[in-house]
Amino acid sequence: MTKPMTHETPGTTSDAPRLELIGISKSFPGVLANDNISLSVQPGEIHALLGENGAGKSTLVKMIYGIMPQDAGEMRWNGQPITISNPKAARRLGIGMVFQHFSLFEAMTVLENIALGMDAKIPARDLEARIVEVMKHYGLNLDPQRIVSTLSVGERQRIEIVRALLLNPKMLIMDEPTSVLTPQEVEQLFVVLRQLAGEGCSILYISHKLREIKALCSTATILRAGRVVETCDPAVETSRSMAEMMIGGSLKDIERGSQRSFDRQRLAVQNLSVPGEGPFGVALKNISFQARSGEIFGIAGVAGNGQNELLLALSGETPCESAEAITIDGVAVGTLGAKERRLKGVATVPEERNGHAAVPDFSLSDNTVLTARDRLGMVQAGLIGRGAPRRYASSVIETFDVKATGPGAMAESLSGGNLQKYIMGREIMQKPAVLIVSQPTWGVDAGAAAAIHQSLVDLAATGSAIVVISQDLDELLALCDTLAVINLGSLSRIMNVADADIEEIGLLMGGVHGDPDTKIKISEDVINAY
Amino acid sequence: MRIKLEKRLNPSVFMLVATPIASVLLTMLIGLIVFDALGIDGIRAVTDIFFTPLLAAYKWQDVAVKAAPLVIIALGISLGNRAQVWNIGAEGQYIIGALAAAGVAMAFGTTGGFFVITLMIAAGVLGGAFWGAIPAWLRVNYRVNEILSSLMLTYVAIQVLGYLIGGPWKDPNGRNFPQTAPLAPDQTLPILFPGTTIHLGVAIAFVLPFVFWVLTARSVFGFQIRVVGSAPDAARHGGFNTRQTIWMTLVISGAMAGLAGALELSGALRNINLGFPSGYGFTAIIVAFLGRLHPIGCLIAGIVLAVTYVGGQVAQTSVHIPNSTAGIFQAMMLFFILASDIFVRYRVRLVGRPGKAAAVEAGE
Repeated sequence: MTKPMTHETPGTTSDAPRLELIGISKSFPGVLANDNISLSVQPGEIHALLGENGAGKSTLVKMIYGIMPQDAGEMRWNGQPITISNPKAARRLGIGMVFQHFSLFEAMTVLENIALGMDAKIPARDLEARIVEVMKHYGLNLDPQRIVSTLSVGERQRIEIVRALLLNPKMLIMDEPTSVLTPQEVEQLFVVLRQLAGEGCSILYISHKLREIKALCSTATILRAGRVVETCDPAVETSRSMAEMMIGGSLKDIERGSQRSFDRQRLAVQNLSVPGEGPFGVALKNISFQARSGEIFGIAGVAGNGQNELLLALSGETPCESAEAITIDGVAVGTLGAKERRLKGVATVPEERNGHAAVPDFSLSDNTVLTARDRLGMVQAGLIGRGAPRRYASSVIETFDVKATGPGAMAESLSGGNLQKYIMGREIMQKPAVLIVSQPTWGVDAGAAAAIHQSLVDLAATGSAIVVISQDLDELLALCDTLAVINLGSLSRIMNVADADIEEIGLLMGGVHGDPDTKIKISEDVINAY
Repeated sequence: MRIKLEKRLNPSVFMLVATPIASVLLTMLIGLIVFDALGIDGIRAVTDIFFTPLLAAYKWQDVAVKAAPLVIIALGISLGNRAQVWNIGAEGQYIIGALAAAGVAMAFGTTGGFFVITLMIAAGVLGGAFWGAIPAWLRVNYRVNEILSSLMLTYVAIQVLGYLIGGPWKDPNGRNFPQTAPLAPDQTLPILFPGTTIHLGVAIAFVLPFVFWVLTARSVFGFQIRVVGSAPDAARHGGFNTRQTIWMTLVISGAMAGLAGALELSGALRNINLGFPSGYGFTAIIVAFLGRLHPIGCLIAGIVLAVTYVGGQVAQTSVHIPNSTAGIFQAMMLFFILASDIFVRYRVRLVGRPGKAAAVEAGE
């Protein structure tokens, strides 16, 4: 490691690909996670690795980064067969990785966090100088002396990127880097990645956001069920064609009636304020909105801006001070608990499936008792009926096409997508007046996500009001009629999705946190990516 | 080669039943080896402790009378444990329950009969419930860990007992021994089978598990306890109150221990002396775990533990080992059952080199 910025330019070495995988396989008990995977990444190429959850993307990059060994197959680095036994060896070769979930110490500074992650011991002063140099070179703005807990998600990601860039990587692996960023932050990230690629660094870009891949990547390898199904040029393909290769079937569009009118107000939230709980809790400040019969109302925002607190306040898990803060069909329910609100017609689906929306070690049948016991009359004289929960669980499984062994299956034995379909079904089939869901398709495969979206639209068509809280802006733009953004516990003005402006939404989401004066012009690429 | 634990998709029902049985068998085996190593006839000791009380018909009544308080207390403890509420102070609640019953008996002098006995039992239940409510109040309002507070209150209860029987409640005809006066004949529980010591409390101990079975398996309250114990956030989502659950489980658990104390006083011992706290409240913790926190399991485990109590006395005379040996056996059982818990949710697998093992697994 001499100077930070000396990437070899494409063509200076042999014509061998930077990284070549030949017939890589890896199995876990009961699953073949990677089956005979071959791909090659050229110097300076931004290569997308595309696939649904569980398609084997993470397993593959873990092997490239030396976290686990492959069972079979060969890896070649610049044409030479290699074995990468651990992440340190990978970094020595010049492979850097930015994980989806950051490993940062909240109470320490940027500099301290980077120093802790370095394999070589470098004096703090030298390290700081190099960090500043790297940041300047790539236009990454960040004060090395800031404490991590004061940083936004995008800024935290920058720490991880800087940490990787300090090692002069020849290849950078990015795992779902944009899932938590605002459009402006995505824009900045793309600029950095393009500059890196221009300098000859290969980038392996893992994502399931197709439009983003079309905008950024020159090659895409599509995985499905552990196999490579296609290697294609994203610029030639359409988002739809790549999605269909990814899920291995045709993608269904959301079907909704053309003429829809929202007449009756069903949910009204008036100046809802809830104090934040604990050191990391976010206080809700004067939140007001309404959802009408047939309307799907979206709440966008970067995670950790009060979404969980809002869901808990709406479900009744944290009661409000004032009864008038929340009304359902004109009845003030603000001071009622979760059970009483359910009887008034509120159904909620929290973000966390295991342990919040469902009890992992209970059967599906027992899990219906959790939220449906009162509305569906499963209880008589304090005793739970034997047949009713079972029958209801069976009908949810059947109606929502849940893959499970039956109503007796443990909730934890279901895959994320299937459990989410089950939970959504459990609430929707109770015919709620108002359904409030948080991150309805988080970690869910595309097929299940489409089914969940359709079920929400269908429920709205029957006259229920629906509130969708999501980090995924694509999802909200596709699904919702009206939309607002939550940021630091406050809700923005409400806009119609039909004439919403991505740039404005991005700014409302926090734009580029930390430096509010920065005006970032969002390029066509990023706009098109939504 | 290394040992690998793999999470099972569903908890193994076989292991749920097999591990308690295996724990008892292992306890016998280890006991046998240890005794032999100490130069005591191991086979004889194990036979006397575990089998003689079952084989000799005249010991059955002792087993039944000893099992009754164990089963009743264990039912309450297991209810709390299902909600992740750990009442370690059942011994104290048992003592307070017995003292409350004795107080009522004393207030009525030598008057007895159905009314007085019912009142004594009610006082026992309330006394135990009160002693269980203290840790609940501390936990709910001040986040005091109930394991510590309930355990420490046991020692408070022992001091209360010592004060009362050595002072205001001392038997005037007791030759200055610290003990209460014996209950009047009409204040004792009826004997079910003439000529034995089997009293009404034994029948209660055999009926209650079935009541608790319905409560835990079928009622909304039982469901609430299981949800709070398994996933507190889900409980809140379902509209269940965690504070109320902590209150209810500790109060019920205290009430059961108090009931056991009152029954023990009026059915078996008939007065309270310094030997009254015999550790049933602690042994019942073993019963609850050996019974897998299931009411019927508690009934069976209560009988097993009662057998070791009675068997310990038999072994004391036959192979001359101290009576406290039974306690060692009971403790071993607890360790084995806790250690084997992992097999219910995990399967053990021996794996060789990564490549080879993966090939084997993929071939399955």
